[in-house]
Amino acid sequence: MLEAAGLQSARQGRQLFKDLGFALRGGELLRVAGENGSGKTTLLKILCGLLAPDAGEVRWQGTPIRELREDYSRNLVYLGHAPAVKGDLTAAENLGVACTMAGLQASPPAIEEALARYGLPPGVPLRKLSQGQRRRAALARLPLSAAVPLWLLDEPFAALDAAAARLTEALIAEHVARGNAVVYTTHQEAAIGAAVQRVVALG
Amino acid sequence: MIAAARCILRRDLLLALRRRGDVATALLFFVIVASLFPLGVGAEPEQLRAIAPGVIWVAALLSSLLSLARLFADDHADGTLEQMLLGAAPLGVIVAAKLLAHWLVAGLPLVAIAPLLALQYGLPAPLYGTLALSLLLGTPVLSLIGAIGAALTLGLRGGGVLLALLVLPLYVPVLVFGAGSLDMAAAGLAPQGQLQLLAALLVVSAAFAPWAIAAALRISTE
Repeated sequence: MLEAAGLQSARQGRQLFKDLGFALRGGELLRVAGENGSGKTTLLKILCGLLAPDAGEVRWQGTPIRELREDYSRNLVYLGHAPAVKGDLTAAENLGVACTMAGLQASPPAIEEALARYGLPPGVPLRKLSQGQRRRAALARLPLSAAVPLWLLDEPFAALDAAAARLTEALIAEHVARGNAVVYTTHQEAAIGAAVQRVVALG
Repeated sequence: MIAAARCILRRDLLLALRRRGDVATALLFFVIVASLFPLGVGAEPEQLRAIAPGVIWVAALLSSLLSLARLFADDHADGTLEQMLLGAAPLGVIVAAKLLAHWLVAGLPLVAIAPLLALQYGLPAPLYGTLALSLLLGTPVLSLIGAIGAALTLGLRGGGVLLALLVLPLYVPVLVFGAGSLDMAAAGLAPQGQLQLLAALLVVSAAFAPWAIAAALRISTE
């Protein structure tokens, strides 16, 4: 599904990684491990096409992602460091916008159900909620993205409490079990039950 | 694609509705700048009539610059811009929807309120139509051109000043044709030529600016 070959990247003149390559098939889980500042976020941004690598390329089903553009981004969910939610919109409005932008059809009941799984009130503006709840509002996209074959999650467990972290782990495990691929970064050990687990260690 | 554009248009209008203060700032700026000139220049009717087109247009220009500085800044800061770059719809379409929302919120009120400001300058009533029409054609061009600058200066320190330096020279043709159409009309000539040139600027910038903005956004998010 997703292949990376010879990836090289430097930020602020510092070499983060060099000659990094892997091939990820459906049903596989890839954890990008490393300390703070080791280039996990940079690698994930390169994988989703937001950043161009200094050398090497990323291929989706054999075609370089630079040539695919929207045809590639339709096949992925990227959740970055920033939760990409608006404080002035409610959780339901935020999720509706995120799904429409990603080209997913999500009905209002489906959105409410996804928010309920993450224990969020649908009608409250997010600026009145906590940091962790904003994070949950961003992650509530995952239950609605079951049909999207590739998930790229940057620190999905940051700022989450134990219950929300368990739920996210379960969603990732289910997604991998359905034959899809998930790449996630974390600096801590996470217990996700998946048949094929691989680790890229940076730094 | 249409759904994504409509969704962004709706979202930005909703956000503007919930943050009315931000919207009012640019409009109040326009009103205050245009109102300061009669106070400073003096109440000589001939003089006021002569400077009115230029002053109102320059005030519109500066007000547009003020609101453009934040066009992409919020989306950039909270990560929404990344999701737009990775959206299912082409970025140019999303950008066009954002600009339409921005113009409806920041440009259209200027068009509506300009005839009221023209009262202070003793502009003859037949000119109000030309003033509104020239602003109606010109303010979207200001948004379109300015957004290219806003996208290029995104995330830079002191981006606001840089934006002004980058964009103001590009506003010159709009200013010349916009204020020029009023001068023509004031002299009793037909302003159609200038207005048509403004319309041509609008068509060209509407066709090309969204793609230029999309390219600029990709560069500044790297």
